[in-house]
Formats: sequence, C-alpha cells, structure tokens
Amino acid sequence: MKKLMMKGNEAIAEAAIRAGCRLYFGYPITPQSEIAEYMSRRLPEVGGTFLQTESEVATVNMVYGAACTGKRVMTSTSSPGFSLMQEGISYIAGAELPCVFVNVVRGGPGLGDIQPAQSDYFQATKGGGHGDYRLLVLAPSTLQEAIELTMLAFDLADKYRNPALILADGMIGQMMEPVELPPMRDLSTLPDHSSWALTGAEGRAPRKVTSFNIDPYGLEEMNKRYQEKYRRVEREEQRWEEYKTENAEYLLVGYGTMGRILKSVADRLEEEGLAVGVFRPISLWPFPDRRLKELSEKVRFVFTVEMSSGQMVEDVRLAVDGRIPVHFYGRMGGVVPTPEEVIRAFKKLL
Amino acid sequence: MAYHGIVIAGFGGQGVMLMGQIIAEAAVIEGKHSTWLPSYGPEMRGGTANCTVVVDERPVASPVIDSPTEVIAMNYPSMVKFGGRLQSGGILFVNSSVVDRDIERDDIEIIKVPVNEIAEEVGNPRVSNMVMLGAFVEVTGIVGTEAVKEALKHKLTGSKSALLELNFEAVRRGAEFVRRR
Repeated sequence: MKKLMMKGNEAIAEAAIRAGCRLYFGYPITPQSEIAEYMSRRLPEVGGTFLQTESEVATVNMVYGAACTGKRVMTSTSSPGFSLMQEGISYIAGAELPCVFVNVVRGGPGLGDIQPAQSDYFQATKGGGHGDYRLLVLAPSTLQEAIELTMLAFDLADKYRNPALILADGMIGQMMEPVELPPMRDLSTLPDHSSWALTGAEGRAPRKVTSFNIDPYGLEEMNKRYQEKYRRVEREEQRWEEYKTENAEYLLVGYGTMGRILKSVADRLEEEGLAVGVFRPISLWPFPDRRLKELSEKVRFVFTVEMSSGQMVEDVRLAVDGRIPVHFYGRMGGVVPTPEEVIRAFKKLL
Repeated sequence: MAYHGIVIAGFGGQGVMLMGQIIAEAAVIEGKHSTWLPSYGPEMRGGTANCTVVVDERPVASPVIDSPTEVIAMNYPSMVKFGGRLQSGGILFVNSSVVDRDIERDDIEIIKVPVNEIAEEVGNPRVSNMVMLGAFVEVTGIVGTEAVKEALKHKLTGSKSALLELNFEAVRRGAEFVRRR
C-alpha cells in the first residue's frame, strides 16, 4: 500500500472516519486543532456531521447525546479542554455509552503551555471525573499506531459499551511520518446497538439511557455491573510492546512519545555493551501489569521515564511490587527529554 | 546510508517548515524512513521557527535529536543556536544573504549560499528556501533531486501547481551554485 506523509492529528482524524465515525463535536485548542479542522473538511464528504461547539462542556454533552443513538462519535481536545469534559465523561461512563475521546496532552497544570507532555496520566487512567468508573486508555507512540489505536478505540468502546480515550501528546499530534491508511470500514458491518440505542420509540416501548438511580441498592447493582466489566477488560485488553527484552539486564519503561525515544536510548546503550530492554505500555488502562511483573523477575532494575513528575511510575511500582528497585526520570512543563539526557540519567544508576 | 538528524531553522515566513517536509517526504519516496517534527510555539511571521527531520534506513525511534548532523540556518539567531549544537564533522548551511558573521567553529563544514540573490535571479524572492534546498540536496545527497521534485508535486497542488516550474528552477539553481563553488 502507498505510504503517505501525514501529520499525527490528521492521521487520527482520518482513522476515525475510516473506523466509521460520522459525528464529531469539538472546540479548538492547540496542539490538536488540526483534528477539528480536518473533520470540518472531511466529514461532509462522507455524509457525516461536524459541529464546532461553544465550549468543551457543550462538546461532551453533545457527544453524550449522540452516543445514546449508538452511532460512532468522537471528540478531541487538549489538557485544559479535557478537564472541562470530565463531568460529562463520568455521566457517559455511568450510562455505559460507547464513544471516543482524544486528548493530545500539553504542559500543565492550569493553562500551562502548548508543548508535549504526559502529565494527564492520572486523570486519564484513574478517573478524572466523579464516581467509580474507568476509561479504556490507549497511548500511541508512532503515527501508524495512532491510526491503528484510533480504529481499535471505536471497536473496544462498542465491545464494552464504555468510553475510550486516545492519550497522545503534542509531539504525536504535530509531527509527520509515513503511514499506511486502512480501508474504509463498511458502515453496515458496525456492531448492532438496536437493543439499547435511542432511535425513536415508534413501534416499541420507550427507553431510557441514564447513569441515575435514586435507590442506593439499585445504584450498587449498576456499579457491580460496571466493575464486572472493568475486571473483564483488565483480563482481556492489556496491551504492550517489548523491545530488546529477551536478554535484558535492565528495563526501561515509557509510553507514547517517551516509549519511542527509549528505543533510541536502548540502541545506543547496546552499542556500549549494555543489555537494556524497553517495555512500552500501549493500554494505559488496563495497565499491562502481568507482563511487567514477569519481566521484573529477570532484570536488575526498572527505569521509568515520563514527560511528567512521575505518574505512570506508580503503576509500574504496583506491578513490580518491591521485587527490584524502580527508578524514575522525568521532565515537566512540556520539555521532551532527549536520548542523551536519558542515557546520562540511566548511567548514574549503574 | 547512515542516520541523519537535520535541523532547519529561520524566521517564520522563510519556508523552513516546508523545506523540512520536502526532505522528509522525498526520503520516504526513496523508500527510507523519516520523521518531521516542528517547533510549534506561538510563532508568527518574523518570529523564529524550526523543524527537525530524521532520515534513516531503519524505522525512526526518536524524532527528537541531541545534536544534528546537518543544520540549515536561514538567519543569524538560528546559526548561533543550532550551529553550536552541530556534531563535529557536520555540515552547516548558512543563508549568507542575511547572515554576515561567521560561527567560531573549525570542526564543521560551512556552506554559504546567498539564497535571496539567487531567488531574485530566478524571478521570485519567495523561493529562497528552495534555493537552499537545492544546495542541501547537492552537497549531502541525503535525498535525490527527482524525489525532491516528486515531493514538491505533492505539496504544490491545485492553483499552486503553476508554481512548480519556478520551484524546480530554484532547486536547480541552488544545486548549481554549490557545484560551481
């Protein structure tokens, strides 16, 4: 297939359309505005609807409404915008509706800056809104993977009736590299949601899709159902990539942008005679803890690198469970560590 | 072909982003692997802009680089900032139409190209970036001229396709300048 040079944001947008997404609501924010821009041009061509909302709060509630109809729907934003959406995301998770969010993370907290960061990991994986809920969280490290994971996010959202999130960062959004686009999904092959979707009550009893239950015992039963689903996701949907872990004595752990930079680090350390592998979580929730636990039994220590003060490292520590040391290096505020500075930090640990 | 990490920098409006995209796309056309990473701060015409292009035979792991193998500096601040980070033995391309000072390094190769003057001769000052691209391609051979032309065709479509010949000519004149040096 022909390779195209695409910008990350455009690749994600095109992948969503090829996955069968025909509804997009969004509000511009750097560094992901190209997703909305692309959708505004492309969706009308395929018979879809693009709507620029007045705010992220409006966006998330439009996504909520559209998701009630069982159609594939997406929005994208960056950190401050994703914070604004949290209330609605909690409602959507409670109502068990499939839809896809994209957070192209930038430096925070607050208004922060517009540079690439990974400081929204807690918010993405631990539930940024209220209540006991989880998002399916996928973190691409190349643009080809961004395409594949965007397609997968729609499928997983449908499969589990749960919102899914692509957690990227400004570098994935803004960079260009060659990609191969998958074929356009035939809309007639999309999952059938006619058993629950709100499609107009003509000829059938009216339905209600809600996260609300005034009876605590009833609400507890709903929560039990959510938790049962989350346990199933944890069993079946852990995803990761391993690089040079076969005979590794040391293990680097990083996701997304950092995950690919760590491969360069491992290559250079190998040239110096050090056996260093990379473990790159692809699903951030569910966190791929089972495999990381296995690997931690074979290496001397784990070195986690993030573009944050250290968020995913907490999940790494839980997986490693004190068997070996877990070290951390991070840059904040939108600073992307270079391979050389990670190598320097690593060598201090030897 | 070895690994190349290229930084292209200048004022906003000098076409540094496009130059990088053409190099990256030309590399992919030739079957190599490439990434293009822009600086995307609050830039505007007259501000500073830069992009990093990695070209390799293997899939590119890090699109972020420590020290470039080649630098294209379209203005003085870019020459100082990125020329200083250039690897020993690397090549620095300088827009000598606007940079009238030298960088104090004797461990690198410096190629000075008066891109504005050559672009004026070609007939349009806006193609000065393509003059520099021609010089870069001629000296480094990282990508070939044919692939560059092909990449330009992808970029200049619709009404802009009328500008293709002008851009090809600018690339050719840049290459010619460094050959005659």
